[in-house]
Amino acid sequence: MTATTHRHDDVRALTSPVATTAGAPPAGEGHRPRRVPTRALGVGVVGLWLSVIVLLPLAALTVASLEEGLAGFWDAVTAPAALGALRTTLLVSVVVALVNAVMGTLIAWVLVRDEFPGQRIVNALIDLPFALPTIVASIVLLSLYGPNSPVGVQLNATRWGLVVALAFVTLPFVVRSVQPVLIELDREVEEAAASLGASNATTFRRVVLPTLAPAIISGAGLAFARAVGEYGSVVLIGGNIPRETQVVSQYIQQQIEIDRPVNAAAVSVALLSISFLTLFVLRLWGGRAQRREERAS
Amino acid sequence: MIATRRSTLALRALALVYVLGLLAVPILVILYRTFEPGVGAFFDSIRTPAAIAALNLSLLIVAIVVPLNVVFGIVTAIALARWRVPGRGVVQAVVDLPFAVSPIVVGVSLIMLWGSSGWFGGLEASTGVKVIFGLPGMVIATIFVTLPFIVREVEPVLHEIGTEQEQAASTLGASGWQTFWRITLPAIRWGLTYGLVLTVARALGEFGAVIMVSSGFPGVSQTLTLLVHSRYIDDHNTYGAYAAATLLMGLAVATLLLMTLLDRKRSAR
Amino acid sequence: MNTHRFTLAAVAVSAAMVMSACGGGGASDTVGDSAAAEAPAGAEGGTVNLFAYAVPKVGYDKLIPAFQASEAGKGVQFQQSYGASGDQSRKVEAGAEADFVNFSVEPDITRLVDAGLVDAAWNANEHRGIPFGSVVTIVVREGNPKGIKDWDDLLESGVEVVTPNPFSSGSAKWNLLAPYAAKSNGGVDQEAGLNYISSLVGDHVKIQPKSGREATEAFLQGTGDVLLSYENEALFIERKGEPVEHVTPPQTFKIENPTAVISKGAGVKAATAFNEFLYTPEAQRLWAEAGFRPVDATVAQEFAADFPQPEKLWTITDLGGWKQVDSTLFKKDVGAIAKIYDAATE
Repeated sequence: MTATTHRHDDVRALTSPVATTAGAPPAGEGHRPRRVPTRALGVGVVGLWLSVIVLLPLAALTVASLEEGLAGFWDAVTAPAALGALRTTLLVSVVVALVNAVMGTLIAWVLVRDEFPGQRIVNALIDLPFALPTIVASIVLLSLYGPNSPVGVQLNATRWGLVVALAFVTLPFVVRSVQPVLIELDREVEEAAASLGASNATTFRRVVLPTLAPAIISGAGLAFARAVGEYGSVVLIGGNIPRETQVVSQYIQQQIEIDRPVNAAAVSVALLSISFLTLFVLRLWGGRAQRREERAS
Repeated sequence: MIATRRSTLALRALALVYVLGLLAVPILVILYRTFEPGVGAFFDSIRTPAAIAALNLSLLIVAIVVPLNVVFGIVTAIALARWRVPGRGVVQAVVDLPFAVSPIVVGVSLIMLWGSSGWFGGLEASTGVKVIFGLPGMVIATIFVTLPFIVREVEPVLHEIGTEQEQAASTLGASGWQTFWRITLPAIRWGLTYGLVLTVARALGEFGAVIMVSSGFPGVSQTLTLLVHSRYIDDHNTYGAYAAATLLMGLAVATLLLMTLLDRKRSAR
Repeated sequence: MNTHRFTLAAVAVSAAMVMSACGGGGASDTVGDSAAAEAPAGAEGGTVNLFAYAVPKVGYDKLIPAFQASEAGKGVQFQQSYGASGDQSRKVEAGAEADFVNFSVEPDITRLVDAGLVDAAWNANEHRGIPFGSVVTIVVREGNPKGIKDWDDLLESGVEVVTPNPFSSGSAKWNLLAPYAAKSNGGVDQEAGLNYISSLVGDHVKIQPKSGREATEAFLQGTGDVLLSYENEALFIERKGEPVEHVTPPQTFKIENPTAVISKGAGVKAATAFNEFLYTPEAQRLWAEAGFRPVDATVAQEFAADFPQPEKLWTITDLGGWKQVDSTLFKKDVGAIAKIYDAATE
């Protein structure tokens, strides 16, 4: 094939510290046979793929949301029922993020620092919400906390039902975020603190927690971002009561069903903004925390 | 920290109660309710024509989505890790986007783009291919939500293994393709497989996006997840919904086992 | 494990998946049915894609087999989709493949006529395109603990009423028209009618299920004291053994559910045959058995005992027809009831 002829520019491109536009053979290389540079083709293909699958739909969404102008967008997002859904969603998601921050850290602690029979199973179980379809989670929780509850607890159509469902699907985030940090944690500092007379609580608060904080916040932030957009796990247990238990995703779906696509698009853009903002802030924070650690070490 | 026996036990109990109470107990309840009328009833319920069609459709979607994601995912990972693509940060962000998008919003966006009054709405009129309310719509929705997995699992591996072996192969005369097939691919295979398993799990479990773009005909355009929902809401067939959910759970547990096994393999390298 | 074995394993897994997927599938979700028993789709009769509103499945479960047993229906396959009437109509308009539609209210068919999907003469037959109907009824908990008898009882303090969202559900429109007609004396005293609706929706309606069936589900799951619904839906859940009963107030509304054929559908011939079949005495009897009020006078006589006649039965004609009612009462943003609903959710 063309193997030997092109090994030159492959190696050069790989080792060149200043790679020119991907795929273009370095200038001034004497004559070479005409061939579509694979690299340019690859990049083009990737660009096209990402555009068609991800970017274009979101662009179409944004344009559709502005079909009635900025005023129309604003009216759609501030409609009382929309605000009610946003309020419910944010409230429940914040509660879930906090619950996860506490319980997730606790679980990670027990999985790393403790040893008991069946620990490996519990560890594997943590990933179950990632693998389980959300609608299955919804029906599973409904069977236990719904109208036919075997333990007499009925949470369907209440905000606590939403909290339980969201806690279920976001369980792995904080746990998996904190575990690696805990594993890496140098116990010497803790032991030093203990030998200096610090109580467990103090040691935890001033030695362990600061190190874990970035991971906890990152995990809780991811949990929050996931919770605000969640649909499948709350659809059966939530009850879809406007202003009480209707989450934003359900409100958007309702707008589509009653033939108000512009409203749906506008509120979708609002929801997206919340998720993007959360992840963006997390990335900034994570970057800053990392730099701080690098400076400290 | 000095861990007293009491505090250790207390923490352990608290953690276990939470995990088991939140995860294990509800699942056990469903399993009990599914198998209490007998294993036969379960199998009958998942062997109705509509259930088989739903399973077929779910698997068909996976069979289309996975190869596409493998090919484009690997190319994207290579583009990010090996080629100095301008705007890498932007590409990274775009790849991560699907994680931030609610499934319902995915559905709405696809309707805005491919729907009859959308940007590509003319496609149906000219080619007769129905995207929304047809198989392509469900496939595209599933690709959207599974796009990041393979890229995010393969890219770090590519960074980790470095380019020395690939460079060596090149200097020894291997073509780009040979280098890829015999050096790169084996090196990334565990990351790739892990990403693949995540993709399959997510594709089988997609619900919110698919319910917006599917016409919902039992036997034709219902995936397993849609079947669970339809049995519970439309047919008032609670047992049927539990049975279908148990089937999906079985697939999820199999995925989980694979994930755990593969995780060990790839961290072992 | 070298690349070859790895690839082999991957191929084996995929092959297994594909092979298991090749087992037959079909539309029926009844336990015990096998796909083999169904004639393959595309057989001589053709396939009819049926889009209906939320509650008539119990009727179609009887009618479709009867049609398939008949001469005209031999070999015809049915794909059925049920959902909120307005939502289903929107989907068909947006391009979902349909051959036969049966919606709760006429405007949902008119939408398709305007879109060029349904022939303008769809309601030219003697029954105006309506093969069956029902009446609006009030469903209460077993034993009627709150003693609901009439529309005024719904306005008693503490009574929570479950009725769907009129923007997506046809059932909701009927449910609101019934007390409106009763209170406004057939549309004569508009203000009285709207005042009642305003109190009802503002103080007694808390949730907004998207269809008649979802409203039933919510009610059965424990929400609310009272469910407004079709008489056929009330009969359906009572026959299933749910702890409910229904009370038809002395003045209520006649529900008429139209059917039509999508003129551009692939299964238009079979759909037209099916549509005509619905008016035959045999089919009318099946509708009656399923709890729907038949339109054939003779059959209606046979089943008179099952369907008590209320003192006063208002009809859509009394209010000026659907075009009038929809534009003055239900139209987005401008209709009187639409405005009440929007205000109530504030």
